Amino acid sequence: MQANPLFTALRAVGAWGVALLLFFPLGWLFLTAFKTELQAIHVPPLFVFEPTMDNFGEVQRRSDYLLFARNSLITSVGSTILGLLIAAPAAYSMAFFRTKRTRDILMWMLSTKMMPAVGALVPIYVLAQTAGMLDTLPALIIVFTLSNLPIMVWMLYTSYKDIPNEILEAARMDGASIWTEFRHVVMPLSVGGLASCGLLCLVLSWNEAFWALNLTSAKAGTLATLIASYSSPEGLFWAKLSAASLMAIAPIVVFGWFSQKQLVQGLTFGAVK
Amino acid sequence: MKRFLKAGLVLALAGAGLAHAATELVIATVNNGHMIEMQKLTPQFEKAFPDIKLKWVTLEEGTLRQRVTTDIATKGGQFDVMTIGLYETPIWSKKGWLKPITTDAAYDVDDILPAIRSGLSLDGKLYAAPFYGESSMLMYRKDLADKAGIKLPEQPTWTQVKEFADKANDPKNGVYGMCLRGKPGWGDNMAFFTTLVNTYGGQWFDMSWKPQLDTKPWKDALTFYVDLMKKNGPPGAAANSFNENLALFSEGKCAMWIDATIAASSLTDPKQSKVADKVAFAQAPTAVTPKGANWLWSWNLAIPASSTKDDAAQKFINWATSKDYINLVAKEHGWHAVPTGTRKSTYANPEFQKVAKFAAAEKKAIDSANPNDSTLPKSPYVGVQYAAIPEFQSIGTIVGQQVTAALAGKATVDAALKTAQTAAEREMKKGGYYK
Amino acid sequence: MNRFLPRALMAPAVITLFLWMIVPLLMTLYFSFVTYNLMQPGERPFSGLENFHYFVTDPDFWPAVMNTLLLIGWVIVITVIGGVLLALLVNEPFPGRGIVRVLLISPFFVMPAVNALLWKHMMMNPIYGVLANVWTFFGLTPVDWLTDVPLLSVVIMVAWQWLPFACLIFITSLQSLDREQMEAARMDGANAFQRFGYLTVPHLGRPMAVVIMIEMIFLLSVFAEIAITTNGGPGNESTNLTYMIFKQSLMNFDVGVASAGALFAVILANIVAAFLIRIIGKNLD
Repeated sequence: MQANPLFTALRAVGAWGVALLLFFPLGWLFLTAFKTELQAIHVPPLFVFEPTMDNFGEVQRRSDYLLFARNSLITSVGSTILGLLIAAPAAYSMAFFRTKRTRDILMWMLSTKMMPAVGALVPIYVLAQTAGMLDTLPALIIVFTLSNLPIMVWMLYTSYKDIPNEILEAARMDGASIWTEFRHVVMPLSVGGLASCGLLCLVLSWNEAFWALNLTSAKAGTLATLIASYSSPEGLFWAKLSAASLMAIAPIVVFGWFSQKQLVQGLTFGAVK
Repeated sequence: MKRFLKAGLVLALAGAGLAHAATELVIATVNNGHMIEMQKLTPQFEKAFPDIKLKWVTLEEGTLRQRVTTDIATKGGQFDVMTIGLYETPIWSKKGWLKPITTDAAYDVDDILPAIRSGLSLDGKLYAAPFYGESSMLMYRKDLADKAGIKLPEQPTWTQVKEFADKANDPKNGVYGMCLRGKPGWGDNMAFFTTLVNTYGGQWFDMSWKPQLDTKPWKDALTFYVDLMKKNGPPGAAANSFNENLALFSEGKCAMWIDATIAASSLTDPKQSKVADKVAFAQAPTAVTPKGANWLWSWNLAIPASSTKDDAAQKFINWATSKDYINLVAKEHGWHAVPTGTRKSTYANPEFQKVAKFAAAEKKAIDSANPNDSTLPKSPYVGVQYAAIPEFQSIGTIVGQQVTAALAGKATVDAALKTAQTAAEREMKKGGYYK
Repeated sequence: MNRFLPRALMAPAVITLFLWMIVPLLMTLYFSFVTYNLMQPGERPFSGLENFHYFVTDPDFWPAVMNTLLLIGWVIVITVIGGVLLALLVNEPFPGRGIVRVLLISPFFVMPAVNALLWKHMMMNPIYGVLANVWTFFGLTPVDWLTDVPLLSVVIMVAWQWLPFACLIFITSLQSLDREQMEAARMDGANAFQRFGYLTVPHLGRPMAVVIMIEMIFLLSVFAEIAITTNGGPGNESTNLTYMIFKQSLMNFDVGVASAGALFAVILANIVAAFLIRIIGKNLD
């Protein structure tokens, strides 16, 4: 089955065009991080300019970037792993041992996220305070995990359901037990789903700002709180904010880049029979 | 002999214990330039006070206010020193949420500008120490004024200002006659707009706490504001606050701008402004009365009443708001970088005057602002550009949204004020100010 | 054994979520029935339905509900349709596909606060924003996005951020599309549109349902973008339910009314969810 080269060319042009268009604001952010404040607000916008590393130096001098980065790393990775450990079995059970109640439980899980966080701020704050957990990393990990759990269950449920039934039936007819079936058929085929679910939840925790800001002060702040100190101060701040944002999202973007390959591997393995 | 040894051991242990017991202060602060300077000078503080370590939590104004208010109201104890504004201090000190600031003779508490000091004190005791103060003033392009043949007096009237705006307005060449705040918010557009209402002879609440938003001064002020900005304002004014207008003026797009005096230091700095050498200053314009034309604001350091680190906190606050600190900043970064608007001695200093061309105008503005008497009719509230009641944040923002709606042409002046009046009455009733 | 295993697998998720949900929910329920303002701590007298009444009679209430629904609706439509189209576009190999995929999902990595500032200053500012310059390049007057079309501006910002999410889910799902079935259909003479309509779309049914449900939940509580750009204005054109709750909770510090508002948000969410389930529910099985 040969792909029509004309279609491929059109496809490439279209895809690249849309991708660049969508990526443009981020690319602009990247450029702005290397400008001075005056250059950043220049009219018309500057594409060509002399780059400077001043902003990054300023960010590093002003705040303890490494501490925040470390906290972000610990809380997002911790909450993702914890979440996967709890969500994967639940999603598996709902996908393969379906009952009449399954859809209701799925909906109920989603409903736990229906209350806007800002409405539950005072109850949670008071709870955390009573438990002596204000400004601690475990508190953030717990909150992130529980915030993302419904999403994880839903997404893993979808990816388990995507596994074609024929493969499972074939395995069962070959005499595989549930455990073997899980280990040798389901697991490899769902790696792609697990990976994309994990990546998304990593990003959600990484960017989580509301709880990070309100439940921490000096010790447990994440990169989201770092950004909060750069947004809307008095005076020109745009270049510095761009630099701080770059430093805040760089780890996750790099990670996303690499895990992209994993995703593709997992996915193509699943599609090939 | 044994007793002597024992005593020696105890003393040695105690000494060792003292040397290790460094108190850690968590300071919540706002992310403006002066506070960032202070963070940079932390090593100097820790050298002078080796048993105190500082940890900083820096946030933008709105988030900071939410954080510290939630914390102090629930006695969370997350912060040992809080940065609060001139708005919170009277409210919180009345509730007994703050510890008084103790100062010594060297601190010279009388040196603090009287307008600010009275705003921060209750029953003669200072409840928060100011490290930065500001008022508002008119900043304009001298070159454009000359070109238009206009000479603005030290305190112009709004009529004169409008004349200049009309003449200087040149959108084809990217110059707009007047840049003003338009973004809705009690601390955004309403800070400026309240002063406008003040000079038109209006007030927020009358002596029985009834909102006055549908009275003549408000109507006149809003009509004037909307017309002025429609004719001479930049596009997108409805989303502009301090930062946006600063960017516009620095790029040379505004002939005039009325905003915080702190803007002057950026505008006259060639590294931050394209028009650094073309800026002149005047007092905020007046209409019917000069009362309440310039606002008053200060950022201050305070200690929550439930704090367990009172001693260390007092030491830090005294250090950070002292004359020595100002001299320290001058030594490290020059006189143009010192926090202003707090002490008479700063303004009297010839080095400072040399570097800050706007200093005289700024001091005049601050001195003329009186939070206790900023409206023509007598008012029950304290504050020039706000009313120091807890409900004001919400009321101010709702009214701000309506002012923006009028500015954006989405509502007529009358309709906007009517909606604002209804909303304000609703909130005040809920707050129990009147039935 | 057959009954036990599934229950045991689900137990940890169900129990933890239950606790996580029930405790704040009960506290919020309690607060909504008392008068409790953080600025006046002390007595918390029972006040019945007063908080609810106050929240509902706010003149902004019904506009906010409308705006909330519009925001959710528009973003879902844009991201689902856009996501499917983009996923189809990158479904076949072409030079640089890996890079294109990374570019497509990057907007999701940006923090909402940065996203809002990015759009407000860099893109949408009518004087020095990029969009303004593009408009003037074509000889048109730049659009004053945040003033004239505030809700649409917020929709654009939020959709830009969530499109990658939908895209990623659909890309992942398309990869498990049955190739042999596709080939068989093509050989049977089905053209591209028929293949799309009869094979691809049903296969994407479940991921679409997931994307819609998840986005609905997140979009309900959008507020950082609004707070940073328009502060709910002009008037109440970009105020949504969550922003109203924010005003009560973190400006007025009125925990009682904020809690009542939060419960209203939950009710609204449940109504919308029930409605959506009617339409797409069968795709969840």
